[in-house]
Amino acid sequence: MTKLMTDDTIIDRQRGTGSRTTFWLGVVGLVGAIALVFLGFFVAPPDDFQKDAVRMIFIHVPMAILTYVAFSLTAIGSVAWLWKRSIWWDTVAHGAAEVGVMFSGLTLFTGSIWGRITWGTYWDWGDVRLVTTLILFLIMVGYLAVRSFDGDEAVNATRAAVIGLIGAANMPVVNRSVTWWSSRRTLHQKSSLVNGKIEGLTLFTLMFALVVFSIIMLWMLIHRFRISWLERQVSEGDLSEALTARRAEARAGMDRETEENK
Amino acid sequence: MTDLGYLLVGWGVSLGVIGLYSLSLVRRGRTLASRVPADRRRWMTTESDPK
Repeated sequence: MTKLMTDDTIIDRQRGTGSRTTFWLGVVGLVGAIALVFLGFFVAPPDDFQKDAVRMIFIHVPMAILTYVAFSLTAIGSVAWLWKRSIWWDTVAHGAAEVGVMFSGLTLFTGSIWGRITWGTYWDWGDVRLVTTLILFLIMVGYLAVRSFDGDEAVNATRAAVIGLIGAANMPVVNRSVTWWSSRRTLHQKSSLVNGKIEGLTLFTLMFALVVFSIIMLWMLIHRFRISWLERQVSEGDLSEALTARRAEARAGMDRETEENK
Repeated sequence: MTDLGYLLVGWGVSLGVIGLYSLSLVRRGRTLASRVPADRRRWMTTESDPK
């Protein structure tokens, strides 16, 4: 990732946060998304039990997996910030949290649509996975809220890092909830992917979707990282301008005083 | 195709949100890049970065 983020290092005013790498990632992601729609709707066969509702799997499952990836990055970045005060990793953590919140929001949304078709309800408070996923989403929204507070950026980063780690601690609970609470009344089934119940073109399309959304997420992470980096540069520039102006003001005041004393 | 309406809403909203978020990233990047002084336009080499 470091290499991807450091090639084409000069930022062009027109390109903003884009580079040759992100351009090609974007092209592959876009073409992949179009191909995925074709595969998902016209090539993959309907399921024996779920019929066409199974097509939600191609969008819901990759979103859920990439939510884990994004929030894991946030957790790694948070540890690196708390331990080493690494601005680079803190920037990665912040960007990954924003992208992860988007993916987890879409996981909840696509899950509720799929649930409406297969379970007959958009939401069930008794389903542990639904509730723990919502808690994870809200924790990470809290992370972003703390990052947006005014005040000392380092203090905000530290507070957010702690929240990021609390969110990460919730991820194994989300992932294992269908096993740990299997005796409870729960709508979510155990993973069909791990159990080998998905095969053929359905499995191929699901893997294809995972690759496409991974490319799109990588594109987003690189752009988001660069945005945070630019924001830091802008705020440092603003701070140094403000300091220069303040010094000039103070110097002018002292000069005036000297003149008056004469 | 069964449940086409739900499928279209699920896929459409998801791809739409991803598309809009991607566009917002590009726009934010362009706006910010125009405010960064020339000597600070390298990704990994600011003096304040502890590496």
